[in-house]
Amino acid sequence: MIDFLGQVWDWFGDPANWTGNRGLPGLLRSHVFLSAVSVATAAVVALPVAVWLGHTRRGGALAVSLVNVGRAIPSFGLIGVFFPLTLMFEPTSRPLGFWATFIAMVALAMPPMFVNAYTGIREIDPALTEAARGMGMTGRQVLTGVELPLALPLVMAGIRNAAVAVVATVTLSAWVGCSSLGTYVFVGFAQRDRVMVFAGGLAVALLSIVTELTLGGVERLVDPLRPMRRRRR
Amino acid sequence: MIDWGWIASNLDDIWEATLQHLFHSVLAVGIGLVVSFALSLVALRWKAAYGPITWVTGVLYTIPSIALFTFLVPVFGLTSIWTAQVALVSYTLLILVRNIVAGIRSVPDHVVEASRGMGMTEARIFREVQLPLALPAIIAGVRVAAVTTIGLVTLTVIVGQGGYGLFILRGIGRRFLTEALVGTVGAVLMAVVVDRALVALERAATPWARRRAA
Amino acid sequence: MIRLEEVTKVFPGADRPAVSSLSLHIPEGEFVTLVGPSGCGKTTTLKMINRIIEPTSGRIEVGGRDVMSMEPHLLRRSIGYVIQQVGLLPHRTVEENIATVPRLLGWDRDRIERRVAEMSELVGLGADLLERYPAELSGGQQQRVGVARALAADPPVLLMDEPFGAVDPIVREHLQQEFKDLWRRLGKTVVFVTHDIDEAVRMGTRVAILNVGGVLEQYDRPEEILANPANDFVSRFLGEERGLRRLALMPVSSAGLDRGPVVEITATPEEARAVMDAHGSDWLGLLDGGRLLGWVPAAEVGTSPLADLEPREFLVILRPEDSLRRALDAVVTSRTRVAVVVGEQGYLGMLDIDRVAEEITE
Repeated sequence: MIDFLGQVWDWFGDPANWTGNRGLPGLLRSHVFLSAVSVATAAVVALPVAVWLGHTRRGGALAVSLVNVGRAIPSFGLIGVFFPLTLMFEPTSRPLGFWATFIAMVALAMPPMFVNAYTGIREIDPALTEAARGMGMTGRQVLTGVELPLALPLVMAGIRNAAVAVVATVTLSAWVGCSSLGTYVFVGFAQRDRVMVFAGGLAVALLSIVTELTLGGVERLVDPLRPMRRRRR
Repeated sequence: MIDWGWIASNLDDIWEATLQHLFHSVLAVGIGLVVSFALSLVALRWKAAYGPITWVTGVLYTIPSIALFTFLVPVFGLTSIWTAQVALVSYTLLILVRNIVAGIRSVPDHVVEASRGMGMTEARIFREVQLPLALPAIIAGVRVAAVTTIGLVTLTVIVGQGGYGLFILRGIGRRFLTEALVGTVGAVLMAVVVDRALVALERAATPWARRRAA
Repeated sequence: MIRLEEVTKVFPGADRPAVSSLSLHIPEGEFVTLVGPSGCGKTTTLKMINRIIEPTSGRIEVGGRDVMSMEPHLLRRSIGYVIQQVGLLPHRTVEENIATVPRLLGWDRDRIERRVAEMSELVGLGADLLERYPAELSGGQQQRVGVARALAADPPVLLMDEPFGAVDPIVREHLQQEFKDLWRRLGKTVVFVTHDIDEAVRMGTRVAILNVGGVLEQYDRPEEILANPANDFVSRFLGEERGLRRLALMPVSSAGLDRGPVVEITATPEEARAVMDAHGSDWLGLLDGGRLLGWVPAAEVGTSPLADLEPREFLVILRPEDSLRRALDAVVTSRTRVAVVVGEQGYLGMLDIDRVAEEITE
């Protein structure tokens, strides 16, 4: 075991693994890029709908079923289904398997974002929004001045959860020929190279942790009650 | 677009994959339940242990599943059922432990005290009072764990196991929509059916909760 | 039946004892209420008897046996236990709840079934309720099930921790009355914790008043405590209505009754006026062969026979077992300013405000 971990160490030290198409920087860049565009797209689609439904206090049943469906649909399956489908349209602007992975990742990212944003706004004490209206705020002012700031930590938590899940799952892009850190795992299994498999897994896990910590930090920064929490400490 | 002929001529394979998929899922949730139960007993007995237990199971839960497979490869090998099972089980622990402990703790103190006052032994109170009353919470945890696990079992094809993942992987390889679709839809259907079955089980096992709702 | 000797309980981390060297002797068949302000250790004391809480030091005997020498769960099966929140098992039907201890004791099914039927009848639960779950019962019904469950194995001792504290006042009074009657019939030894002094003196044959830290301030019959509080703490705890509380415990029959301005309907108007004058009364009570007909104002007593008058009914008619507190209430609310008392044999007499006052000061 120690011996094996030594080999993994050596693998990371090998300059060959730091350059070229199969180098860590390149694959990391692909991995992060694919994750980022997926999460961003999902956010652009899901958040406005969630905020609007939360503001008007409609669609609670939708939120619940979305979570359940989201949990039941396997991302690998979605990639597998969209891979042949996207090939039919032959979008060549991106590498093989990019669009299939992209669509699956958007689908993976939307439920947690939607549900957090929706409940974040929905669960605000109605007395607060009523008071805001009572002072003469318009619906739009209530949304931007009261609801959004107070819901922001939860919205951010949803984005974080979605991003961490996407970063972990983008790994699967390698199985449809699109480069990411998953390429090490895919190639490693194909070549029965345990060291490469392990190194790939380790890289993915580390990137997940970094994502979690970074977005967790952003979450604390945007908390409107941060000054108060800091004083209490 | 969908090749119904392929489905018709591969029904035997689909059935076999269904059984394999179910077997992996049930085995993982079953082992997960046994392990979680033991961990919950420890956490209930020694309150200080609850924090560390949820921390460790929480870390296991956060590790991406594929990464977890790769970490187990040096221990069990590239294509072992245990590489798959240990990862799947690790995933269920946090949810199950949380629900079991919360379920047991949610039993009102006065019910436990009255049971004790009538002369029930502690073991009997646990078996006949706390456990049945925690059942809704426990089954809620099993539902989440089961649905999640059924989805994750599609990935065990990576470490050489069968199930619906095999169709998905081959569908990708052959760029054949029907086969990938069979694997995906199969997994979703299985998740829905198992979830409904667990709901039915809960209703059957907790008649007192049902009557109150009526 | 129950004997506490120098019992002390110090909870871990507490700087003062919850109960300090408390000695209490509860004879068989007594109904003892433990009462005191919060923090007086009354509940702790109760729960040490069945070892829900273990004493730090001292000795507790039930039926002559040291409770510490018995397995806790075996000890508890021989002691009935009722708590405020009832603690019915929510997943078991009323029937199964009542059968809990008999089942633990390994009774056979027929015997359990008979006993459950007997118990539910005893506490006034309809047979249609037996198949229900506790959540489908009202608070009062739940508490009845609690009592039936505690009595199911026929334990000689019953421990009750504010059993009627969670039900509304009207139901509570009902349950108190019912339970007191039940106790009279069954002759169990009851230890009953309450924070309500009215409940304590009304229910108990003996009342133990505890002070903060589990100090026993007075332990006596309720009449005695109300008449002679042992110290300032007790009299303050009894409160400003101590006299009224005493009256609540005294039956009308214990006071001397006056005959009052009352005549048989066969008397002449002259005789009637003479009786009213003798009592200085502006009204006249009418009897027909010892049966109380009612009363008429003095102005209506003229020259015609009394039988021609139309007597008004007394609004409140007391029975000898009613309390003097009710009598006082009748005196201050009635037009005639007296409380009339009627027994099985007819009119017994009446009480006025002076009579009631005499009883308090005695």
